Amino acid sequence: MTPPNDNASAMEARGLVKRFGQFVAVDHVSFEIRKGEIFGFLGPNGAGKSTVIRMLCGLLTPSAGSATVAGFDVSKDPEKVRSRIGYMSQKFSLYDDLTVEENIQFFSGIYGVGKEIREERRDYVLQMAGLADRRGTTTGQLSGGWKQRLALGCAIIHEPPVLFLDEPTSGVDPIARRAFWELIYQLSEAGRTIFVSTHYMDEAEYCHRLALMYRGRIIATGVPEDLRKQLRNHPLLRLETSDALESMRVLEGQPRILHAAVFGGGLQLTVSDAAAAAGDIRRTLDANRIAVDSLNPVEPSMEDVFVALIQAEEEKEG
Amino acid sequence: MSVRRTLAMVRKELRHIRRDARSLLMALALPMFLMLLFGYALNLDVDRIPTLVYDADQSPESRSLVQKFQGSRFFEIEGFVDNYSAIERGIDRGDILMALAIPRDYSRRIRAGEPVAAQILLDGSDSNTASIALGYAQSIVQDYSVTLRSEGADRRFGIKLQQAVDARTRVWYNSTLQSKNYVVPGLIAVILTIIAALLTSLTIAREWEMGTMEQLMSTPVRPSEIVLGKMLAFFFIGVADTVLSVLVGVFVFDVPFSGSVWVLALTSTVFLTGALFWGILLSAVAKSQLMAFQMGIISSFLPAFMLSGFIYAVENMPPAIQAITRLIPTRFFVTILKGIFLKGVGLEVLWTDLLYLAGFSIVVFLLATRRLRQKLA
Repeated sequence: MTPPNDNASAMEARGLVKRFGQFVAVDHVSFEIRKGEIFGFLGPNGAGKSTVIRMLCGLLTPSAGSATVAGFDVSKDPEKVRSRIGYMSQKFSLYDDLTVEENIQFFSGIYGVGKEIREERRDYVLQMAGLADRRGTTTGQLSGGWKQRLALGCAIIHEPPVLFLDEPTSGVDPIARRAFWELIYQLSEAGRTIFVSTHYMDEAEYCHRLALMYRGRIIATGVPEDLRKQLRNHPLLRLETSDALESMRVLEGQPRILHAAVFGGGLQLTVSDAAAAAGDIRRTLDANRIAVDSLNPVEPSMEDVFVALIQAEEEKEG
Repeated sequence: MSVRRTLAMVRKELRHIRRDARSLLMALALPMFLMLLFGYALNLDVDRIPTLVYDADQSPESRSLVQKFQGSRFFEIEGFVDNYSAIERGIDRGDILMALAIPRDYSRRIRAGEPVAAQILLDGSDSNTASIALGYAQSIVQDYSVTLRSEGADRRFGIKLQQAVDARTRVWYNSTLQSKNYVVPGLIAVILTIIAALLTSLTIAREWEMGTMEQLMSTPVRPSEIVLGKMLAFFFIGVADTVLSVLVGVFVFDVPFSGSVWVLALTSTVFLTGALFWGILLSAVAKSQLMAFQMGIISSFLPAFMLSGFIYAVENMPPAIQAITRLIPTRFFVTILKGIFLKGVGLEVLWTDLLYLAGFSIVVFLLATRRLRQKLA
């Protein structure tokens, strides 16, 4: 997936800072997002992702720095920004006691969707969310996946050029997640800019560009492929043995093995030099009378990339 | 401010209200219940005072004095006894509030033209009731002694004795001096204060708890539109409660309604607006529905009950407290309702109170709007 060839900026953050008392939740975050891009914002819980999104939506005032969204400064023109964005928060936030259609109607009203296109937009949202024959159902009775698509529908009822999705897929089953990402692609192809945060690392692969946030700072940005390349000097080996835990005990602390983790039935080892490390591993296991079933290099997943990046960051901080 | 966004808020709130049938029923039944409860319980009239009689004389004269008590609507003769200890027991148990004891030589002294005394024994633990009862008893006894003396004078000297001064009192507005006429209009104001605050106190706190407020804040809808939209939706319930309370006052308690329905409609609209905004302000300040609810009860009920002049006249309060009552909108609405119900006065008298209520509404609306905006940062 390549980002669209449009270099116009949809959003820009310049040195955003948010302090809550002594605590610095967001520490000088800067980035630029092009029109039509799907920008993935990744990081563990508590990294400050939601705080950045809320500043960009005008829900929080930045302690320092500035941001432009859809051409308007979020601190100076919050109202203009608000009418040009859609926001879907982490927590489901439609009205459970209203029906599907009433929720759509309400958001259509407060977003000021014009009378002449109101029905057309409603029908589009119902069809997009696959809720056309459940328009009279009370929203509280919908399952997670439906709710989430309805929430997305309500957030785009006014056709905003910029869409913020704060962990939209948390608590949704894998099939519904896949279907949700299909919708996000459709929106991106229609020229919408999408800023999506997640802590599901596999979802990172769906994004055009990524930023990894850790403890309030962005520690890496780039397209998924580039980030994966950063891991070239830390190859991964997959090891299957007769006793995974015992293998881990004897291998940990070896000079060429940077990190060992139990993965499925075997171990995943981050090493400094694949060929040399493989020899070390076979010798060590042999000496400990552990049988090696297989030992192969593997392509790092996004999760591996981020674990490695975060570990490197932690080592830097000491 | 956008009319369309405000109307979208109103419509949404009305749907919440309709869906929550139990709360709606409560909102309509509670005022009725409070009206009946307080309307009957808050009876300030002292009448049918339970009384025991100890008639030691048993003469025609003593019996005719007892008859005077029996004939009065203020006294209810519970029984006759023949010693003081029975009276003591009755008062101790709380069966009676008063006893009338007539001495053995009562008729003899009357016939001899000597000064004579009947004894009134009172349970003074409720001093207010006791002194009112004493007043009634004294007037009966005095009345009777005047009659006796003039009869005696008539018999002996053939002349009629005139009472020196005959004061004739005439009470305006609540001519039968029934306390319900005084209590019920004020009660309507107090109940509406409580209901209005409770109705709206949950509404914004609930949206914070559900996370929907954050969603709203990310849209172009403004705090003022949220506050106004919510108020308008609950206003309909407020009006229904007002109508029901007034009907109970007029038809159940027989309180005369001498003023104009239009003045009542106008003033209660302005009052309700402010009281509903007050609940919304609390809702915006409180962190949870529970806290908002408690703040709603305490901040509406106590001042409305104690400081509105509903029972305790503001004019009798110390100046410092009187100043505080000016911060309480119910005080002005109590004045307005008593004026409309009992005196039949219109805006030519009530306009200052109405102006105050309007001012209160505007100030509270602005505070609530500001508070919502502040919560964002």
